[in-house]
Amino acid sequence: MRALVRTFSWLYAVAIYGFIFLPVVVLVLFSLQATSFPIPPFTGPSLRWYDAVLADTRLTSALVNSLLVAILSSAAAVALGFLSAWGFARFALPGSGLMRGLITLPLTVSYLIIGMGLLVLFNWAGVPKSLLAAGIGHVVINLPLCFAIIYSQMGDHQINIERAARDLGAPEWKVLLLITVPVMAPAIFAGFFLSMTFSWDEFVISFLLTRFDTTLPVEIWNLLRSGLNPKTNAVGSLVFAVSIVLVVLFELMLLRRKPA
Amino acid sequence: MSATGNAGRALPWALVTPALGWTLLFFVLPFLAMAFSSLTAHDGGGFTLSNNSQFFNNPAYWQAMVNSLQVTAIVTVVSVLLAYPFAWILAEQVPERWQRLALMLAVLPFWTSYVVRSYSWLLVLAQNGVINRALTGSGLFSEPLQIANTRLATIIGFVHFFVMLLTLTIFANLKQLSPSYRKAAADLGAGPVRTFLHVVLPLTLPGIMVGAFLTFVLCIGDYITPQILGGNNELLMPQLVMMQIGRRGDFPLASALSIILMAVVTVAYLACARWLKIERA
Repeated sequence: MRALVRTFSWLYAVAIYGFIFLPVVVLVLFSLQATSFPIPPFTGPSLRWYDAVLADTRLTSALVNSLLVAILSSAAAVALGFLSAWGFARFALPGSGLMRGLITLPLTVSYLIIGMGLLVLFNWAGVPKSLLAAGIGHVVINLPLCFAIIYSQMGDHQINIERAARDLGAPEWKVLLLITVPVMAPAIFAGFFLSMTFSWDEFVISFLLTRFDTTLPVEIWNLLRSGLNPKTNAVGSLVFAVSIVLVVLFELMLLRRKPA
Repeated sequence: MSATGNAGRALPWALVTPALGWTLLFFVLPFLAMAFSSLTAHDGGGFTLSNNSQFFNNPAYWQAMVNSLQVTAIVTVVSVLLAYPFAWILAEQVPERWQRLALMLAVLPFWTSYVVRSYSWLLVLAQNGVINRALTGSGLFSEPLQIANTRLATIIGFVHFFVMLLTLTIFANLKQLSPSYRKAAADLGAGPVRTFLHVVLPLTLPGIMVGAFLTFVLCIGDYITPQILGGNNELLMPQLVMMQIGRRGDFPLASALSIILMAVVTVAYLACARWLKIERA
């Protein structure tokens, strides 16, 4: 019986891993062949299509745009999230529960609807479609995330350290910069990196709110109109690689935090 | 607490106002703008309920909602059924020291972008893609199967993503179960199957519901997967919304449809609200 369960478990796990990795393996494998269609039989390996991606200025500038939007919008989201989390965790404010609920509310609404709302508003206000508009949308989706992560990590022992600093005469800004920020660094980094990965991968908001200068997922979407194309495979593999680097960094940070 | 004088009282508000202001300005206000827009006529004249009534009167729009609900229901059920045994194997059968790695591997493709993930499935499912080459090459089928641009392709793409998401949530749930429950069941004479059915499964049910709700919300609002994999043969709600903007620039109708979609999600939330109470540990 036990052996049977074990064998069946192995088979099942292998099947699910196969299902999960099938598209990724196909994507990366056929990005490495020189023919003009990313379909079997595999004839590689060749880096031809990676060269083509790097030579395509639309894709490379979209990549730079994506990184810029991801870094700046995550920085803004984490700054707003941190300050508000500190405010709510340290001071008793009237209506605090309601206000915290408001800040986390966008988590429950789909990106499509957030993007649509901003599109309608900006359209009325005469704000042109731009990377800045998309960045604003990315802060909307990532601020609740950063707030929730940082707020949940603000425990009592940090309050005591801050009190000690105040008793020793530190002004409020010094407490914030020299005590709270360093103590909360792991949560701040977690919020920042998670926001980075979400912003880096986000499509629908950028699609609705940008026009000529756009982000990489939207540019890849434009490539899709040409059907199956090995260049799309190559750029998709690159995007995947960047996401993996972000996730591994995030994992390493979690591991480093564990012993503390 | 540290409130001394005016500066002390102003500080907390100075901390929370930027985040609140941002949410009000770029989340609440856009939503109100959308709600307002949904009540205006496309050609600019006056207020009207026609955008909303169109949804109920036009069978094509109504059909998109039915399609969306069907696809979402199938995806949610299939994903839970596939993910639960997988999460259980990771939590119970894999040795402790390999679990973190096994889980990280299991959700690695989770981190590719929506667009890239759906495109990858297109490579697998297309007429001349990997699966059809394998099927025709092995002589099992003489003609390639039409999988891409069907509902099946949309469902496969969705299930792929949500199996990963649900594996994460169910795994976390199984690990939180104290082993003493299982020991107690064993002491009282229950076999492994009975222990699972009467102890483990009921205790992980709230976690499953949270995951299933997440699946529902993310699935019903996603535009990419049905658009890339399902094509335009059969429209889902997000495709219908985007079509109003893209082809016709009809913001009022797109707004009305978005709000109807959001209302459906809210109803789903209320339906499983009692399972979704997130308690602070």
